[in-house]
Amino acid sequence: MAAVSMTVNGKAVSGDVEARTLLVQFLRENLRLTGTHVGCDTSQCGACVVHIDGIAAKSCTTLALQCEGAKVTTIEGLAEPNGPLHPMQEAFRENHALQCGFCTPGMIMAALDIVRRCGNDLDEHTIREQLDGNICRCTGYHNIVKAIAAGAKAMAKGGARQAAE
Amino acid sequence: MSATGIGAAVRRKEDLRFITGKGRYTDDVIRPGETRAVFVRSPHAHASIRSTDVSEAKKMPGIIDVLTGKDLATDKVGNLICGWMIHSKDGSPMKMAPHPALAADKVCHVGDAVAVVIAETQAQGRDAAEKVKVDYQLLPAVVDPAEAKSGQQIHDVAPKNTIYEWSLGNSRAVDAAFASAKHVTHLDIVNNRLIANAIEPRVALAEYDAGTDQLTLWNTTQNPHVSRLVIAAFVGVAPEHKLRVIAPDVGGGFGSKIFIYPEEVVCLWAARKIARPVKWTADRSESFITDAHGRDHVTHAELALDASGKFLAMRVKTIANLGAYMSTFSSSVPTYLYATLLSGQYDIPQIYCEVDAVYTNTVPVDAYRGAGRPEATFVVERLVEVAARQLGIDPADLRRRNFIKTFPHQTPVIMAYDAGDYNASLKKALEIADVKGFSKRKRDAARNGKLRGLGYSTYIEACGIAPSQAVGSLGCGVGLWESAEVRVNPTGSVEVLTGTHAHGQGHETTFAQLVSERLGIPFENVSVVHGDTDKVQFGMGTYGSRSGAVGMSAIVKALDKIEAKAKKVAAHMLEAAEGDIVFKDGKFNVAGTDKSAAWGDVALNAYIAHKFAGQELEPGLKETSFYDPTNFTFPAGCHICEVEIDRDTGKTNIVSWTAVDDFGTVINPMIVEGQVHGGIAQGIGQALLEVAVYDRDGQLVTGSLMDYSMPHAHDLPSFKVGLTETKAPSNPLGIKGCGEAGAIASPAAVINAITDAIGTEDLAMPATAQAVWSALARPQPRQVA
Repeated sequence: MAAVSMTVNGKAVSGDVEARTLLVQFLRENLRLTGTHVGCDTSQCGACVVHIDGIAAKSCTTLALQCEGAKVTTIEGLAEPNGPLHPMQEAFRENHALQCGFCTPGMIMAALDIVRRCGNDLDEHTIREQLDGNICRCTGYHNIVKAIAAGAKAMAKGGARQAAE
Repeated sequence: MSATGIGAAVRRKEDLRFITGKGRYTDDVIRPGETRAVFVRSPHAHASIRSTDVSEAKKMPGIIDVLTGKDLATDKVGNLICGWMIHSKDGSPMKMAPHPALAADKVCHVGDAVAVVIAETQAQGRDAAEKVKVDYQLLPAVVDPAEAKSGQQIHDVAPKNTIYEWSLGNSRAVDAAFASAKHVTHLDIVNNRLIANAIEPRVALAEYDAGTDQLTLWNTTQNPHVSRLVIAAFVGVAPEHKLRVIAPDVGGGFGSKIFIYPEEVVCLWAARKIARPVKWTADRSESFITDAHGRDHVTHAELALDASGKFLAMRVKTIANLGAYMSTFSSSVPTYLYATLLSGQYDIPQIYCEVDAVYTNTVPVDAYRGAGRPEATFVVERLVEVAARQLGIDPADLRRRNFIKTFPHQTPVIMAYDAGDYNASLKKALEIADVKGFSKRKRDAARNGKLRGLGYSTYIEACGIAPSQAVGSLGCGVGLWESAEVRVNPTGSVEVLTGTHAHGQGHETTFAQLVSERLGIPFENVSVVHGDTDKVQFGMGTYGSRSGAVGMSAIVKALDKIEAKAKKVAAHMLEAAEGDIVFKDGKFNVAGTDKSAAWGDVALNAYIAHKFAGQELEPGLKETSFYDPTNFTFPAGCHICEVEIDRDTGKTNIVSWTAVDDFGTVINPMIVEGQVHGGIAQGIGQALLEVAVYDRDGQLVTGSLMDYSMPHAHDLPSFKVGLTETKAPSNPLGIKGCGEAGAIASPAAVINAITDAIGTEDLAMPATAQAVWSALARPQPRQVA
């Protein structure tokens, strides 16, 4: 076992983990942040996407120990407690971009990274291409694409917090 | 229409928890003292087990126990069963082989579980599982369903690996009609084997309370009561009243979470044995080799037509692969959910269908979104399209000529269609898809070196599953009614308990819309409770697009009783005759007066019981209904797919998708459209991308998301969706159901479009770029009659 410390959703956390412990296991099992999900074991589905130092990463393919000293943001950290939702969260709800909800945290975290990389004015083609690392089995993506375009616009307009803190 | 009532695109109640990471899926439930189960699985498709040595594994760190198939047999844990009896043509019952939750003597597919390691952590369990030594004697594997009858016999009970040889329809009448036909269209069809791949893998968590002798199972299931019934009545690890099954948030199902699987049985059995909670969480690789697969039909189909293009008869012969064991409802899928839909939207005087179901050394096959109806629709809609091309008739026109136009209509394959307007959905789809402009678009594409094609699918499905007497007469082991309980609280808020289960469908929203509209109370004051056998007394769960047509009908019936009782209470409060009370917009009025009582006051009075004698009118306001539908419902519609194909690479680009569906009454159009989108995506996946491939040894070579091609955002277009409406006469709301339509309609539309573009019918699913390129390269001009 080895000690690991990092900042998760603005809070300093630490724990003892095995060298093989994945970041997603540390988040879900040690910190009980179960909003980050595991949908596959080959880094395809993207249900586990979180932000590490402001950049989207698959927490199922990242060792907890690799994140020593890092700033990690999960779906639970997007909106302030009791505060308003993040515009991207709101856009997912408004556009019915989720059904079973299992891929949704990863989708939203990936969507914010698309905004970081490609800006706030996103066309359909760009969004579809950039979503290559995330799979949804319920929605056929139609409404996810709409939601990401709308969320990206709302982030620009509202002076909202940027995706990557 | 109110802002939250029937027909309003209300935003979903369930979304807040999902978009903030506060959903509670089975793997999110953590019990004190929880242990982890890791299964030891067969790497071979077919082998007998000479011996199993767990001694080294038991010595590994963190290991609590290692249990084998022999231990399971010693404890007399019962086998898993298939709950729908099918009889062969000769009257003999289907050949159901024993399916133990852990194999003791032989394994029948890669992934068949032989032992389970119970460990403090999952990592320790995995380390120990590698130390379990199983001595296998390999047997030849049977993989191809078309060759199953001549392969090595898998189960003692099933000679020639045949489960049943079933038929439906009048073969002599069909033969006679074919003999008189002017034209016959023949097709050989493989309906490709698919894997549901709900993004949440299956999870089971079992806990035993020795103080009350009670077992609790948290499980990724679409039907917790059915699960409890089968586990109690057949597997026998706990009696029904000592077993609680909870299905919390479930991350997609698509049929694959209907079934009762070995893993939940083993977790329940082990939890009692070790007296600690036991959790199993599948990784995706395990899902691929243990979740029931779908489809996998090999079919020869023929359509007979007269000189004017009128359909005379259809003859279909199908081999259905049910895999290594008979899964929970597997027998019904290629029979009563398939052959009964072969009439499509058409008046076909005679239909005959034979289905041979076979065992192979592959993962069990059962219902996957649409379940039998996509297979039927693919047969019908490919036959019709090819016939139209062969006869030189416009495919829309050939369909129109043969549509059923009067209702009710009795088909030759059991179903009695009760309402529909197939021409209306075709007409609207033709407009939205701008079919008139297609030939110009085709010419423009040709100038750019691209091939354009247009494909139709005018589908029908039987949903609202199902009238209990009807399915009972066909062999179903359960009734398929649904229950509802409406609890009105003293403050007037309402809890609705339903036996259906939502895993993406949005019942918490749509069911609340119904109650809000009916009682005239705020949408926010209604909660929907499901997925817990301790809360909901009984129910059949969610599949077969049944939750609206059957589940909401049960709620309507319970609300009728609530209104009747509340009127009695109001009559006492208002000192009026019960017959004079009118209930409207959440208020009870005395007819012809200005006297009224508000909903909340009546609710309170029902409980405080100050205004009436409790001996004459029982206090409280809670009613239950068990609703059994009088018929299936028949959603139908028209999907039109337009493709553009790159001649050099064979890559298909879907440039336009039009879906016009008749779902009867729509409660929430936003949710209904979402269901259509998702269904189409799965159908396009089947048509263009997805297939489960086994090699000759029975190894699943598409065993991960790196190999099995799931549709991504960039594989799909945006969809143009429209609705037409004829009410379903068989239920009080007129709902037909929308959950499966997209997956049923779309594969035929895609393949019809591609074959239109490339000029040959010789194309199997999935029509990958390579498959289309190869078809283009084959010198095979279209056969013309």
